[in-house]
Amino acid sequence: MTDATLVLDCRGMRCPLPIIELARRIGDVEVGQTVTVLADDPAAASDVPAWCRMRAHEYVGADGADGAAYTVRRLR
Amino acid sequence: MSTRGVSERSGAAPAGYFDAASTEPLHPAAREVLLAAAEEGWADPARLYGAARRSRLLLDNAREIVAAVVGARPDEVTFTASGTQAVQLGVLGTVLARRRQGGGPRVVAVSAVEHSAVLQSAAHLAKHEGTTTTEVGVDHDGLVDADAFAGAVGDDTALACLQAANHEVGTVQPVDEVGGHCAERGVPLLVDAAQAVGRVALPRNWSVLTASAHKWGGPAGVGVLAVRRNVRWRSPLPDDERGGGRAPGFENVPGALAAAAALRARWEEAEAVAARQNALVEHLRARIPELLADVEVVGHPTLRLPHLVTFSCLYLDGEALVSELDRAGFAISSGSSCTSSTLRPSHVLAAMGALTHGNVRVSLTRDATRADVDRFLAAVVDVVTRLRSGLEAL
Repeated sequence: MTDATLVLDCRGMRCPLPIIELARRIGDVEVGQTVTVLADDPAAASDVPAWCRMRAHEYVGADGADGAAYTVRRLR
Repeated sequence: MSTRGVSERSGAAPAGYFDAASTEPLHPAAREVLLAAAEEGWADPARLYGAARRSRLLLDNAREIVAAVVGARPDEVTFTASGTQAVQLGVLGTVLARRRQGGGPRVVAVSAVEHSAVLQSAAHLAKHEGTTTTEVGVDHDGLVDADAFAGAVGDDTALACLQAANHEVGTVQPVDEVGGHCAERGVPLLVDAAQAVGRVALPRNWSVLTASAHKWGGPAGVGVLAVRRNVRWRSPLPDDERGGGRAPGFENVPGALAAAAALRARWEEAEAVAARQNALVEHLRARIPELLADVEVVGHPTLRLPHLVTFSCLYLDGEALVSELDRAGFAISSGSSCTSSTLRPSHVLAAMGALTHGNVRVSLTRDATRADVDRFLAAVVDVVTRLRSGLEAL
């Protein structure tokens, strides 16, 4: 998912910090574009999709290469 | 010498104690029985003189009461040293008995939201007996699909394990349905009923049932292992004649009798307590999303334990929530990773696809009141608002 519009390197951060970072920066991309969060805290695997559900954005999926990368599409 | 830290006071839980799912204080009905049984039930119940016979009588009495409540015969019930030990003996003993039959089935089927004692027992068997563990997932409410669980139970299944109700989110599982299928396939079903006993009607279709007395207001140090007479079981431990050959060591007669007294009292008041707690939990479930933004109440809305509700708050650290609520006078637990020794989030919340950070589990004691719950709601709003200050723009 290297074609993401914005990549946030949250490796080394503990949850909820990667989610806070994602929420802060989602507005930096246009509606329809994607943000990819790089995070090594295992809680991110649950919390990125949960954030998308609660904030009405689209969870695109996870990519396991080089630590976990979670991609989100801004919907509003 | 002194027993430092022990003061003279009543055993009732303080008003802000909302962690009954971890443990309840001793039920008033158990307190006097515990003292009396310590004076009358100290002798070795395995001996043949008068004092020993009295101990044996008290132990048998305790077993009869517990058996009646869990829906077993008295000779199917053994007291163990803890609920965890009951789970370990139940899982290992049932699988070992089946493995002995010429290799035998090698799969242990569990729900993904079992208590760690069940999952660790399955992992122990995988490491030492070469079994494999099949995990059956849950839906967003933490509910097991009975058909999906049945689909995971086949000819190669040595044991299936399904909790009566979940310890973190309160969802009650379709045990009788799953148990019926297991019985058809000849596969034993172990039911961890630790959170359900004394609170809700229990399932009937089980082969092995486990419970823990301190969860219902009995003393610590008493677990329950019930094994149906037609279920094969082999001790995973060195031979020992105690505990009917199932649980090792000298029986805790006063503990068992006090546990039984608490359970009988809980069973008699169960409907009234559950009705009261259900209304309080309904109130919490309704008010929390009204009072706070970006909060998710997790667990099944109706198929649930009466006394337990869990919610997760976006952007908050579970550890900060636990300590700030403690400072405000409230004891709650959290499934967030920062509150666990392994720094991993709760496997229950993860399996449900729920938000794992900012998690709060509220579990009411039998005497919790509407006033306690309303004070708690006010404290939660204050704490969450303070902890989120600076994050308003999100």
